[in-house]
Amino acid sequence: MFLINCPYCGERDQQEFKAGGEAHIERPKQPTELSDDEWAEYLFMRKNIKGVQFERWNHAHGCRKWFNMVRDTSNDEIKAIYKMGEKPPSQ
Amino acid sequence: MTKNLRVKSSEYIDETNRISFKFNGKTYHGFKGDTLASALLANDVHLVGRSFKYHRPRGIMTAGSEEPNAIVQVNPGSNRTEPNVRATEVEIYEGLEASSQNCWPSVEFDIGGINNFLSPFFPAGFYYKTFMWPASFWEKYEFFIRHSAGLGKSPTSSDPDIYDHRNIHCDVLVVGAGLSGILAAKNAAKNNFKTLLVDEKNELGGSTIFENNEFNKIDNKTPSEWLKKEIEELRNIKNLEIKTRTSVAAYHQYNYLLARENLTDHLEAKDKTNKIRQRLLKIRAKKVILATGALERPLIFNNNDRPGILLSSAVKKYSEFFGVACGSKNIFFTNNDSAYESALSLYNKGINVEAIIDIREQSESKIVKKVKEAGIKVYWSHTIVDTAGYKRLNSISIMKLSNDGTSVTGSKISISCDCLGVAGGWTPAVHLYTQSGGKLKFDEEKQIFLPNQNTSEQISVGSCGGDFKIDEIIKNLNHKLKDTLNIRETDLDNINVEIDLENSKRNIWLLPSDTSLGKTKPFVDYQNDATAKDIKLALREGFRSIEHVKRYTTTGMGTDQGKLGNMHALGIIADTAGVKMGELGTTTFRPPYTPLTFGTIVGRNVGKFFDIFRRTPMNDWHVENKAEFENVGQWKRAWYYPINGETMHQAVQRESKAARESAGILDASTLGKIDIQGSDASEFLNRVYTNAWSKLAIGKCRYGLMLNEDGMVYDDGVTTRLGENHYIMTTTTGGAANVLGKLEDYLQTEWPELDVYLTSVTDHYATASLCGPNSKKILKKIIPDLDLSDENFPHMSFKEATIGHIQCRIMRISFTGEHSYEINVQASYGKDLWEKCMEAGKEFNITPYGTETMHLLRAEKGFIIVGQDTDGTMTPIDLQMDWIVSKKKYDFIGKRSLYRSDTMREDRKQLVGLLTEDPNVVLEEGAQIVSELNQSPVEMLGHVTSSYFSPNLNKSIALAVVRGGKDMIGKQLFVPMESKNINVTVANPVFYDEKNERLNA
Ligand SMILES: [Zn+2]
Repeated sequence: MFLINCPYCGERDQQEFKAGGEAHIERPKQPTELSDDEWAEYLFMRKNIKGVQFERWNHAHGCRKWFNMVRDTSNDEIKAIYKMGEKPPSQ
Repeated sequence: MTKNLRVKSSEYIDETNRISFKFNGKTYHGFKGDTLASALLANDVHLVGRSFKYHRPRGIMTAGSEEPNAIVQVNPGSNRTEPNVRATEVEIYEGLEASSQNCWPSVEFDIGGINNFLSPFFPAGFYYKTFMWPASFWEKYEFFIRHSAGLGKSPTSSDPDIYDHRNIHCDVLVVGAGLSGILAAKNAAKNNFKTLLVDEKNELGGSTIFENNEFNKIDNKTPSEWLKKEIEELRNIKNLEIKTRTSVAAYHQYNYLLARENLTDHLEAKDKTNKIRQRLLKIRAKKVILATGALERPLIFNNNDRPGILLSSAVKKYSEFFGVACGSKNIFFTNNDSAYESALSLYNKGINVEAIIDIREQSESKIVKKVKEAGIKVYWSHTIVDTAGYKRLNSISIMKLSNDGTSVTGSKISISCDCLGVAGGWTPAVHLYTQSGGKLKFDEEKQIFLPNQNTSEQISVGSCGGDFKIDEIIKNLNHKLKDTLNIRETDLDNINVEIDLENSKRNIWLLPSDTSLGKTKPFVDYQNDATAKDIKLALREGFRSIEHVKRYTTTGMGTDQGKLGNMHALGIIADTAGVKMGELGTTTFRPPYTPLTFGTIVGRNVGKFFDIFRRTPMNDWHVENKAEFENVGQWKRAWYYPINGETMHQAVQRESKAARESAGILDASTLGKIDIQGSDASEFLNRVYTNAWSKLAIGKCRYGLMLNEDGMVYDDGVTTRLGENHYIMTTTTGGAANVLGKLEDYLQTEWPELDVYLTSVTDHYATASLCGPNSKKILKKIIPDLDLSDENFPHMSFKEATIGHIQCRIMRISFTGEHSYEINVQASYGKDLWEKCMEAGKEFNITPYGTETMHLLRAEKGFIIVGQDTDGTMTPIDLQMDWIVSKKKYDFIGKRSLYRSDTMREDRKQLVGLLTEDPNVVLEEGAQIVSELNQSPVEMLGHVTSSYFSPNLNKSIALAVVRGGKDMIGKQLFVPMESKNINVTVANPVFYDEKNERLNA
C-alpha cells in the first residue's frame, strides 16, 4: 500500500484511490471522421510500460477528483502528481 | 523421576511463582518468566517433535523466533488451539497445554519415523518425481500425503477471541530493542522525533541484557549492567512509545509496516476473556531503524539434528537468562570465539563443560585463554564426523580436519555428552530489510549478506547491519543516527567501550565426514529435512537458480522460512557450482516474518462486520413481515415474502399475479440516484446517453441507455427533468457508484468546459414503486388533492406532491408494464410512506413483492436487466433496441464503436425470447443453446440469460442471447441438458402486452 498525495486533499492511503489507466490519451473530437483503425488505436491500444508511466488516478473514496501521476511501475515509486489539464513534467 | 536442570536463580525467572502446564498430556512445572522451551529443558525434556519428511526425533534448537524444530500445537482440542507455534516463544501460564506435531500416535513412537530408514528412497524432488503418474492415482497419493504431512491442526469451532487493528503514524520506528535498538530509540525520542520501539520479546534488552562477559565493558560496567540503566532511563522519555511482545511481520514499500502485538497469549484462560488477544499495528513511519540483530548459524555436519544439539547462543541464554542447564555433559562445536563465551557462562554457573571442538587452528584471545585456564579441553582443527543417540544426543565422534577443510584424517575420537552447542558465526537478520525492497551485497571477509541499497528512508544498525562487536556497534550506530536524524550530538559520543573478542573465523559451509556424503545426513533445513546432499543432487540435475533449488529441495520452504540454514544452502550451492556467493542470487524473504493468525489479519471484520452491507429505510418492515433477503452488491434487498410456509416459487407466482391483477408494491430505494445540475446538464445527458435529451420537457421522464466507449451497454435507467437545469438520473442498483465515477471522469477530463455538477443522492431518498391496475386508486387515497388523470399526469411524467407534510417526488414510470408510480420521499420517511401505501391498499389486496417477482414481471415484458441479459459484449443493436439509438446526434459515448466492422456483424449474439415446447419446462439460466444435436464438436449458439414460469401467461418464458437470433424467430433450437434435450422455439422477447395497453389501464 503506497501513499498518494492527492493534489486536492493531501497524502492518503492507496485504498482510497482507483487507477484509471494511461494518461494523455485524448478522446477524439470528431470520432465519425476516423477510420476503424484510427478509432481502434484510441479505444484499445495502451502502452503498459515496465518503468516510468504516465497514469490517471481518481480519488474515488475522497474528493472524487481525477488527476495525473507519473509512476515507476517496476517499484511503485511516484515521481510526480499533477492536476488534469496541467502540463506533464518533463522526464 | 525427571531431573531438575534449574541451576541458579535468574532475575528473569520468578521462582516464587510456580506454574504447572501440560506437554503431550503430562504435567510439568516451571516458573513465571519461562518459555515453554526453557521449562521443558528444565524438566530434562529434549524430544519435542518430529521432522516433516523423515519424522526424525527433534528437540529445541534455539531460544528465539527462528526455531525450526520445537514447533508445537498450543491448547490442542480447544477452540483457542493454534498450530505451528514455536515453543521458544510461548510464555508459560497456569493451565497451558501443548503437544507435539507431525507425529502419530505419539512423539515417542511415531509410525512415520519409518521414513527415516527409507530415506534413500526420498531424495530431493521425491514428491515431484513420484506422485506425477499415473494421473488417476493422484487421489490416493493425496490421501497419503495429507495424512503423513499434516503440520498441526486448525481449530474446528469459531475463535472466541477479539482481534483489533490500529493505525500508528510515527517519525521513527525502531524494530528490535537490543543494545542498538534501545540506544537508537532513546536518541531519536530525545531529539523530538515521535518514536515507536517494538520488540518481539516480553523484555527489553535483546541478548546484551544477559551479557556478563567480564572482558567486555561499557563505561566500566558489564554490558548487562550498563544496558539495564539505559532501559531504566527510557521510562522518563517523552515522545517514546514502547511495545513489547510485538513482532513486525511485514515491511512494505513507503515505510508501511505491519506488526502483531500480542496482548493475552501469556495469560491464564480466565484472564483472557473479553480482552483483545492480538492487535495488528499498521505503522506508517517517516524513518525506520532496523535493529533486528543477528541469528547464530549452525554448522552443517553429519547427523547435526538430534535432540540435545542446540545453537551455542541458545545454550548460553538458557543458562544466563532462564537459569537452565541444557545438559550435564556439555560440548561446544565452533568456528569462532562466541562458543567460548557460552562455555565460560556455563562454567561460571557451575555447569559442566566437557570440551570445545574448534575447526580453527587456534585463537589467542583472552576469552580462549580463560577457557583453557578453567581446564576445559579444546580440540583445535577438529570436526564432528558423526553423532549418536536416537531420541537424545549421547555422544559425538570427532576427527582431525585436513588443511583445506575438505576431508578428515587421523583416528576417530568418541566423546560422550548430552548437549552440544553449535556456533557457526552470525547471520544478520536482514529479512525485513529485503521485504522492503532493499538489495543485499555479500561481504567476502565477514561471509555475510549486508544491506546495500535502500528503497525507503531506513537504516540497519547493530548486528543486522553487520557490526558484531560492541565497540563497532556503538561507533557505527552513532554515525548512522546523526546522519539519518540530522542531529549533531548524541549521548553515544562519550561512551567508553573495552572489548576482547577476536574476529577470527574459519568458514566451511559443509563439514566433511569420514563417511561418504551419500551416506550422511547433514541437515541444512531442519524443518523440511533438506540435507546438503539434496542440494548437491539438485545441482547435478541441472538446477541453477536459487529459487528453483529451494523449491525442488524444499529448503527454506517451511513455516520458519529456513532462517537458520539459508546461508549454508547458498554457500553449498556456490561451492558446488564453483561460483561466488550471491552470484546465483539470494533467497527472497517474504512476509510474514513469523506466522500470523487469521484473527489478527481480519481484526474486527468478522461475522456481520465481515463486509459492509446497506439496508433500505423500509428494511424493518420487510423483516417484520418475514421477507427473505438477497444480496445485491452491498444491499440487502427483499427477495420475496413467503406466507403460510410458501416455497419461493409459490410466493413469486402469487406476488406476480397480484401485481398484474390488482396492486403490488416494491421497495426500489436501492436504485442509484444522481442529481445533475448546471446550465449544460441537457447537453451532458445528450453526450452520455444514446438517445436525445434536449427536447425533454420539464416534468417529463425518459428511459436512457448508457454505453461504454466500445459501444457495449453499460447501464440504463430513467432520468427526469426537474427544472430547466436540473435532472435526477436513476441507475441500476449495482452500477450506481461506477456510473457516477464514469460521468465524473468525462466531466473532469474530456469535457471540463461543461457547467455540470453531479451529486450522489441514492441514500437520501426512499422509493416505493406502486404498480398494478389499482395503483391509481391507492395513490388517490394517499394524495387526494393530486390530479391523477392521464391528461394531467400521463405515463413518463413527474409531479411534486405532499403526503401530509412529507414532500414527495412521484414519477409515473413502469418496469413491469403495469400502470405504476415511483414515489420518492426523504429517506427517513421511507417506512412511513410504505405503511401508508399498505394501509390504503388493503382493500385492493396490495401485495408487497420482492426482487424475484420484479425480475419475472419485467421478463414477461422483455425488459432487459443490465448485467443479467447483458455481459459487457452486447450493443443496443444486439439487444434489438435500435429505437433508442439516435441517428441524428453527432456523437455520444460509444457511438463510433457501433459502426466498427465487428459490431456491425450480422451473426453477433442477439437478444431473443425462447419458448419451450412443453410450457411447464423452465430452462436453466446459463444453459447453452444449439441447433444441431448430433454434431461433434457441437456449435454453441448462445445461452439462456433469464428464465421463469410466468403465472400471467401460464407458461415458461425465457430470454436468451443467440448468434444471429434476430432472424431466427419461429426457428426450433435445442437446449441440451444432462438428462434430456429440451426443444425450444425462438420468439419475440416481449411476451406480454406487446402493445403496452396496460400502462394506461
Ligand atoms: Zn482528493
